[in-house]
Amino acid sequence: MENTVLTVKDFSASFGDHQILHDINLTIERNIVAALMGPSGCGKTTLIRCVNRMHELIPGAAVSGEMLLMNEDIYDMQPIILRRKIGMVFQKPNPFPTMSIYENVVAGYKLNGIKLPKSEMDGIVERSLKNAALWGEVKDNLHRKGTFLSGGQQQRLCIARALAMNPEIILFDEPTSALDPKSTAQIEDLFVELKKTVTMLLVTHNIAQAARVSDVTAFIYLGELVEFGPTEKMFTVPKDKRTEEYLTGKFG
Amino acid sequence: MHDNVRARLAKDTIFKGIVCLFAFVSLLPLFLILYYITRNGIAVINWEFLTSLPRPTGETGGGVFNAIVGTLVLIVLSGALSIPCGIAAGVYLAEHQAGKLGNAIRLSVVVLQGTPSIVIGIIAYLWIVGPLKTFSAFSGGIALAVMMLPVIVKTTEETLKLVPYHLKEASLALGVPYYRTMLKVVLPSGMSGILTGILLSVARITGETAPLLFTAFGNQFMNVNIFKPIDSLPYRIFYYAMSPYPEWHSFAWGASFILVVLTLSLNLVARGISAKWKIQY
Repeated sequence: MENTVLTVKDFSASFGDHQILHDINLTIERNIVAALMGPSGCGKTTLIRCVNRMHELIPGAAVSGEMLLMNEDIYDMQPIILRRKIGMVFQKPNPFPTMSIYENVVAGYKLNGIKLPKSEMDGIVERSLKNAALWGEVKDNLHRKGTFLSGGQQQRLCIARALAMNPEIILFDEPTSALDPKSTAQIEDLFVELKKTVTMLLVTHNIAQAARVSDVTAFIYLGELVEFGPTEKMFTVPKDKRTEEYLTGKFG
Repeated sequence: MHDNVRARLAKDTIFKGIVCLFAFVSLLPLFLILYYITRNGIAVINWEFLTSLPRPTGETGGGVFNAIVGTLVLIVLSGALSIPCGIAAGVYLAEHQAGKLGNAIRLSVVVLQGTPSIVIGIIAYLWIVGPLKTFSAFSGGIALAVMMLPVIVKTTEETLKLVPYHLKEASLALGVPYYRTMLKVVLPSGMSGILTGILLSVARITGETAPLLFTAFGNQFMNVNIFKPIDSLPYRIFYYAMSPYPEWHSFAWGASFILVVLTLSLNLVARGISAKWKIQY
């Protein structure tokens, strides 16, 4: 069990009267890429937002069941502590427009008022940008605004911002859906590199992307977890008829 | 048929001509004001006028130094009172777009904006000048702050509504508490808009005379004590213009010139800030 980063047990979520997720069960091991795929509106984004409790920003949000991060109950933790342990990368690249590239990377420290010596900061910036495969492109312009970068670079900057906090897991909410194919390929390559150090949970509605980058895949349909298992197995011999129909493009 | 087309083309021309004419007419007052004030005012402006105090009747010379200082004191006072309240109310409105309290604030801001300035002056007189038993810069500052408030609330709200939600999410997802997210991410992203609103509201109150008549009152002498009556440019203009002396009339033009230059440059700076500092999301 030591290798388990995230455990989800009989987890349901709803907004007001509208139930989004029904009794989800899954476990995510350390140092893998786990993909959540399914058609739009199936609840996959809600599921990852429940992991760092961002869904609570919407009034009327309620959950039942259990969710554990490193055997600690997520819903017993303070959201602000929890979210420092969980990185998140959004659909649209969202570097802070008032901050430079450097400040964006250490935004998690700066905004939380965590003071570190400059040498340590510099180290975090360099390491995070290197891990996000952005260092070479920006190392001479660290003090320019992050918003001058291209969309793909901005997204890698956001990944560096998440990495800088040394999270247990990073949540990716369709991180490439706003990017061009070349930037998408760069970020997909990055997942393979990052796997060595961090666990990743990737929401995608791109079936091919799930197949390319993930080790395990969860197929969610209408708020239910239809199938969960090694990606290779699911894509070659799906157990459930709905998975097969989705993968072959019969719906979704 | 042919005549009909010609008549229509003629109407077209007439219509365009009328639009141009009225557009020109609406520009005319501003240019006339600027022209007269400059022509009559600029001759009076010199170092002595800017740095000396008003002299008693019968003596020649004198200036508006105390009025300039007084106006600056009043701006600082009213800003210090209205900027925190206004920004806080704007943040509240931007964060709670539905809800009873939000709607109540929104309505009162609109009503407050439409309240005649003289009424605000009388209220400040009743509530502050009365109990303190003296006219004062403080009461004037409060009256002007009440006038600034609606502009600041409105511009803050509108600016913050334009700050993308995904920036707030990015900050919250890093574990940044709500108050720090607002103070360090959302407000700085909307800073140029808020600053523009503040400058425009300052420009608006700089020329206000009515609310000062019952509050700051005016003062012949130099004063920076906020609990004593204080002079201001609009009041000094009023005072000089009402006098029977031609020299003082020209002083009124000079003071008007300073006031117009002040408000005009505040407006220009505000426009510059909103264009230059615009944050690219």
